[in-house]
Amino acid sequence: MTDHLTAFWHWYVVIITIVSMIACGVLLWAQTTKRLPAGTKPELHGNVWDEDLTEYNHPLPNWWRWLFYLTLLFGALYLAIYPGLGGFAGQAGWSSAGQYNAEVKQADADFGPVFAKFSAVDIPTLAKDAQANAVGQRLFLNYCAQCHGSDAAGGKGFPNLRDKDWLYGGDPATIVATLTNGRNGVMPALGDAIGGETGAKEMAQYVRSLAGLQHDANMAAAAAPKFAICAACHGADGKGNRQLGAPNLTDDIWLYGSSVEDISYTIKNGRGVNQLVEGQSAMPAQGEKLGPAKIHLLAAYVYGLGGGEPPIVEKAEPASTAPTAPPADVKTPAPSAPSPAPPKGK
Amino acid sequence: MQGSANTYNYKVVRQFAIMTVVWGIVGMLVGVIIAAQLIWPDLTFGIEWLSYGRLRPLHTNAVIFAFGGCALFATSYYVVQRTCQTRVLSDSMAAIHFWGWQLVILLAAVTLPLGITSGKEYAELEWPIDILITVIWVTYAINFFGTIMKRRTQHIYVANWFYGAFILTVAILHLVNSAAVPVTMWKSYSAYAGVQDAMIQWWYGHNAVGFFLTAGFLGIMYYFVPKQAERPVYSYRLSVVHFWALIFTYMWAGPHHLHYTALPDWAQSLGMVFSLILLAPSWGGMINGIMTLSGAWHKLRDDPILKFLIVSLSFYGMSTFEGPMLSIKTVNGLAHYTDWIIGHVHSGALGWVAFISIGSMYYLIPRLFGQKEMYSVKLISLHFWVATLGVVLYIAALWISGVMQGLMWRAVNSDGTLTYAFVESVKASYPYWMIRLLGGTLFFSGMLIMAYNVFKTVAAGKAYDAPIPEGMSPGSLPMRPAVGPMVNPAAQGD
Repeated sequence: MTDHLTAFWHWYVVIITIVSMIACGVLLWAQTTKRLPAGTKPELHGNVWDEDLTEYNHPLPNWWRWLFYLTLLFGALYLAIYPGLGGFAGQAGWSSAGQYNAEVKQADADFGPVFAKFSAVDIPTLAKDAQANAVGQRLFLNYCAQCHGSDAAGGKGFPNLRDKDWLYGGDPATIVATLTNGRNGVMPALGDAIGGETGAKEMAQYVRSLAGLQHDANMAAAAAPKFAICAACHGADGKGNRQLGAPNLTDDIWLYGSSVEDISYTIKNGRGVNQLVEGQSAMPAQGEKLGPAKIHLLAAYVYGLGGGEPPIVEKAEPASTAPTAPPADVKTPAPSAPSPAPPKGK
Repeated sequence: MQGSANTYNYKVVRQFAIMTVVWGIVGMLVGVIIAAQLIWPDLTFGIEWLSYGRLRPLHTNAVIFAFGGCALFATSYYVVQRTCQTRVLSDSMAAIHFWGWQLVILLAAVTLPLGITSGKEYAELEWPIDILITVIWVTYAINFFGTIMKRRTQHIYVANWFYGAFILTVAILHLVNSAAVPVTMWKSYSAYAGVQDAMIQWWYGHNAVGFFLTAGFLGIMYYFVPKQAERPVYSYRLSVVHFWALIFTYMWAGPHHLHYTALPDWAQSLGMVFSLILLAPSWGGMINGIMTLSGAWHKLRDDPILKFLIVSLSFYGMSTFEGPMLSIKTVNGLAHYTDWIIGHVHSGALGWVAFISIGSMYYLIPRLFGQKEMYSVKLISLHFWVATLGVVLYIAALWISGVMQGLMWRAVNSDGTLTYAFVESVKASYPYWMIRLLGGTLFFSGMLIMAYNVFKTVAAGKAYDAPIPEGMSPGSLPMRPAVGPMVNPAAQGD
């Protein structure tokens, strides 16, 4: 019994199917009449509608009858070989899940060695390997380009992966962790805390001043004391906090735009808070879908796009205990926790 | 003349016939717009009400239920009255049907662009409109079957069997698939969940094709082809067999829309098997229509109305062959989600449904306005060639792009990665989308030619209600004995 069919529903399907197919054949057989001898005129059926509508009563065309029988026969054979009659599995033992598993197994056998070769190489080295980059780019175009763009330059709300600015870090282990577990950066809505519309506008001016952009000095000064609220995540100097994915506000790189309107909107309403309004802001976890080998290649590709940071963590990787955990992993949301776990071997 | 017992009610036929042309133009214009949006996504300036996702359901609803629906209603009221030799059961119910249906269409035209949708394909309208549809449909059903009940002929003509099957089944499909739990005035959730919901949806979706777009239009075929060809229908016996086989087998075919999904394998297989069995019953209608012309083939040369009717049957035969082939799992694995399916739908929708509707309207409209023929037969001919070229370009382009997309999506490199990113298949489709836009625009221009021709015909004539022939009550009908070695199967049709 497959697909949760109880015995009752199994027989329900079997009986109705078989009776139906036989009924089609019987209908056809019962309505078969002799062919007209050559030269005979077809009989008119006998009724007249709407002044002149009449019907001949030609026999069913032979080729058509045989076409009909043939499809019935095909159906019967197909249902004997493949699943179809309720819980009956069919002589061939085929199932779509079985076919899928067989294809995956075959693909693993065919392509496993190719990926294994790359998995053995560390990410900074792999990033310089042309062949690995070609594979990595193809993966990127299929799995990442939808958000980050086919040139990886990102867009509003989607980080640029080509520059040297990283929300969570650009060293190999962190990139792998980001890909594997995803990220869920949230900027809370601070409208109330910061003094509403005016407060947000003033703070936007202050934030622009941090980045060295043109700003209203008076408004910025008015907001300066309140920056303590922001400093909890972005730091007193506004340089951000990679443990939280809190952006550096001083580098003039903006995920949601640098205009006073954009910044004050971000401060007032937050980002990634109300996803029904803002849309998805999280980086989805890819670990389960892609597996470590592909993630390794993707990480190398992203690493090599221009922003890869020296593998500070890399040295500590084999030890995986003490020095790995940089300052402290505590505040980061669960996903980043496994990041120190290094060996991405299969 | 309205209400006169001695004439047929042509008023409701006239109303629906004119609106067939109007909604045809509207629905196809929206189709042309969304075809252009695929090439130029910013065509409508980013206005959300005019975005592709809002206009696409508007297009499908407008062409199927507004254009196709009005054609079915106009012809069915005409055919049922004339072949039953009696006036429609109730003039006021006919009026309720007409105005109610126009209201449904208007509500669709407002709510769909606003984004109000149940999210079920071809059944997007929200629950208040669904209830209105139910009321209107029941009115129509009572009126149609009531007219058959009070017929003055002994037997029910074959066209009415098909109209009857269409009316009954669409009622059931609509009631079952639209069952939903309302949350607010304009939002509801389906009564079913998960794969059951998907199965119900495609049981509905495929039978909307089978009964709305096939059985109903076969009803049109069975009246207008023999009338225009002035020949007897080829085979009564064939009509009996293919009618019962068609309406029985269609019910099973829905699961072929859900191949390789969470739907259990056995249900997918049954859907495929019965889709293949459906081939012969579908072709029965084509044979009966085309062979009706045997002995009168020469008429095809200079009668553009007959051209529309017969070419529609060719497209019908083609798409009902293509359908069963596409239902085969391995073929479906290549074709599903590609342009091929859209091409297939349009070879049915433009080639079959629109062609036979247009042909029957050219037959009807002069007769409804006391004219012998349309204002210009030449313009019918022009319409025919423009439309034919349009359909051929449309479906050929989408065959090519569909197969191309299917092959690109499954192409794999030697390292197991996909050869093409999705967007590359989009880019490769542009030339074919241009051809499809051209084909669609041609078809749409044909409708404008028709509108002009209809306008001139109507302007030159005036509303005419044909008298019901006297002295032909059931008893006095010149009956000949049923012939053939078998028991008269008309008993089944009665």
